[in-house]
Amino acid sequence: MSTPKNIVIIGATSAVAQETAKLFAAKNHNLFLVARNADKLAMVQADLKVRGQGQVYTDTFDHKDYTQHQTLVGKIKNQLTTIDFVLVAHGSLPDQAVCEKDFSAALEVMEINFLSVISFLTGFANVLDVQGSGTIGAISSVAGDRGRKSNYIYGSAKGALSVFLEGLRNRLYSKGVNVLVIKPGFIDSPMTAHFKKGALWASPQKIAKGIVCSYERQCGIVYLPCFWKPIMCIIKAIPDFIFKRLSL
Amino acid sequence: MLRTVSGWGQYPQIKAEYTEPVDYKHVYPETDDSVIPRGLGRSYGDSALSQNIIGTTYLNHFLAFDTATGALTCQAGVSFEEIIHVFLPRGWFLPVTPGTKFITVGGAIASDVHGKNHHAEGCFSEFVSSIKLLLPDGTILICTKTENSELFRATCGGMGLTGVILEATFALKKVNSAYIDQKTFKAKNLEHIFALFEEQQGVTYSVAWIDCLAKNKKLGRSLLMVGEHADDGDLDLKLGKALSVPVNAPDWTLSPMNIKIFNTLYYNKVLRAESSQKVSLNTFFYPLDQLHHWNRLYGKNGFTQYQFVLPMESGLEGMREVLEIIAESNNASFLAVLKLFGKENENYISFPFKGYTLALDFKLSKKTLDMLNRLDKIVLHHGGRVYLTKDVRMSEFTFKASYPRYPEFHNVLKKYPVLENLNSLQSKRLGMSHL
Repeated sequence: MSTPKNIVIIGATSAVAQETAKLFAAKNHNLFLVARNADKLAMVQADLKVRGQGQVYTDTFDHKDYTQHQTLVGKIKNQLTTIDFVLVAHGSLPDQAVCEKDFSAALEVMEINFLSVISFLTGFANVLDVQGSGTIGAISSVAGDRGRKSNYIYGSAKGALSVFLEGLRNRLYSKGVNVLVIKPGFIDSPMTAHFKKGALWASPQKIAKGIVCSYERQCGIVYLPCFWKPIMCIIKAIPDFIFKRLSL
Repeated sequence: MLRTVSGWGQYPQIKAEYTEPVDYKHVYPETDDSVIPRGLGRSYGDSALSQNIIGTTYLNHFLAFDTATGALTCQAGVSFEEIIHVFLPRGWFLPVTPGTKFITVGGAIASDVHGKNHHAEGCFSEFVSSIKLLLPDGTILICTKTENSELFRATCGGMGLTGVILEATFALKKVNSAYIDQKTFKAKNLEHIFALFEEQQGVTYSVAWIDCLAKNKKLGRSLLMVGEHADDGDLDLKLGKALSVPVNAPDWTLSPMNIKIFNTLYYNKVLRAESSQKVSLNTFFYPLDQLHHWNRLYGKNGFTQYQFVLPMESGLEGMREVLEIIAESNNASFLAVLKLFGKENENYISFPFKGYTLALDFKLSKKTLDMLNRLDKIVLHHGGRVYLTKDVRMSEFTFKASYPRYPEFHNVLKKYPVLENLNSLQSKRLGMSHL
């Protein structure tokens, strides 16, 4: 059995984060879970304690309290000493139509999906920079690869996140820290309960397996499931004079 | 959102408003229409179908495990598959399991499932020490055999009509292997298989496959499989790659002729009267789980399973009458499973009681339904009854005449008026809103 690793998950109650944590727990790794909802977090903690022999620490966060994020990063670093993998997984899927009419809704989307994410990423990047090892990953989205009329508010937050991660990856490469950009497609989870599902939809379990595998293999930018890579390649290649006419 | 849903038998298919709660605050939808909880949808008929369905997909957390006693507390949506995946490597197995692991703990309690060890160890509820039940008005009740005991007795086997099971505590069984030491006995006919069952009662697990197309002197020819957990310390359950039936098969797939050929080959594949094998838990308990969506083999019109139990005294005679009607009708069942049950438990509408049970799969058609109505009469005549988890067509009269403790079940429902809107298509068909 390999030595237990110390894993941090921000947004630990999301369906994908939970499934990812289950896989790490089964390997008896230690987990530090951070989420917004304390009740749900307690339930996830109990579940993971049954599944593995590693420690499961928890704490809560408020996505707008950027100062608290930095305090939390320090607290986690003190608790775990070394950090092997940080996964920032929180996010929300907004109603595009509402965001188009009301900027405060769009701002909220940016705060949850981008600002609070890079707040944590900045803190952890500096810790891992000093540590000189480890992996930082965040869940972006295929929606960030190209703006579409049906989802460009969420898409732009995720697109900004992808660019941030690419830059961070470039910065930390020489320090021995890997940065993992995770771009899932459609996931069948509570966040997408009101969508009609089709062949392109994947289960959180499947995405989680991809995340763990990408972490272990020290990948850079991954599409999950992998068939999204060619799909997005095509979507990105469509010339704008055609793309602007499409209903995507 | 609105989804098309059906039971495992693919009949009937209905459109239902489906919600999948993630916490205990928003479980019941805000509606005055009928609501029913649902797990993985493996009950065959219409027992988990209603205008509104509460799916337990995300109530899938383990909550506590006592390594000393094996007591596991988990949410209702945890599947048997997940329990095996997590606990078998540590030497724990389910105390009772039906023929599929793709069911939830909540479903196992609501159907009070039985397995190959019923004659020795009883139903799943025997191992359940506590149930956390959510009533439609938001009340959460802890039900055990002593606390809210009536509700406990009504919930076990109660087909989801007593509320949404949120959590349960039950005992896992200590095992020392992922394998079963199996013995197979070949039985020439019905008398022979009954004698073998009674002779092998001391073995923990037993079940027989029966060739329901065999007639006359061969009527009831079968293979009895009995087994005990092996003791070899090998807890590694090697999982073969499961196959899947991608689409509904054409009508002739499970035609009587094909089944006849299969049955003859299957029966004659076993050459000796008695033989021994070591097989994995998956092979022994879950042979059909290796073929995902096997329900599609019956085609797009769906199928049903008819499972009944007859008391010991009339078992042989009743079983012969049933098998004669089936063989004569040429309405072949691909799956035909015979088993000796142990004693009945205290739950009001749990299915098993001491006697012989037979489970048969039939493609749905007018002919099948007519035949099953004839079989109901025989089953009733001999003091037997039909399993609600498999049922999609039984009459209210048959149900009420064959479940003598139904009035006690009904009393519990009446004692908690908030349960009024918990209904399935089955509970309506069986007239469970009244005595």
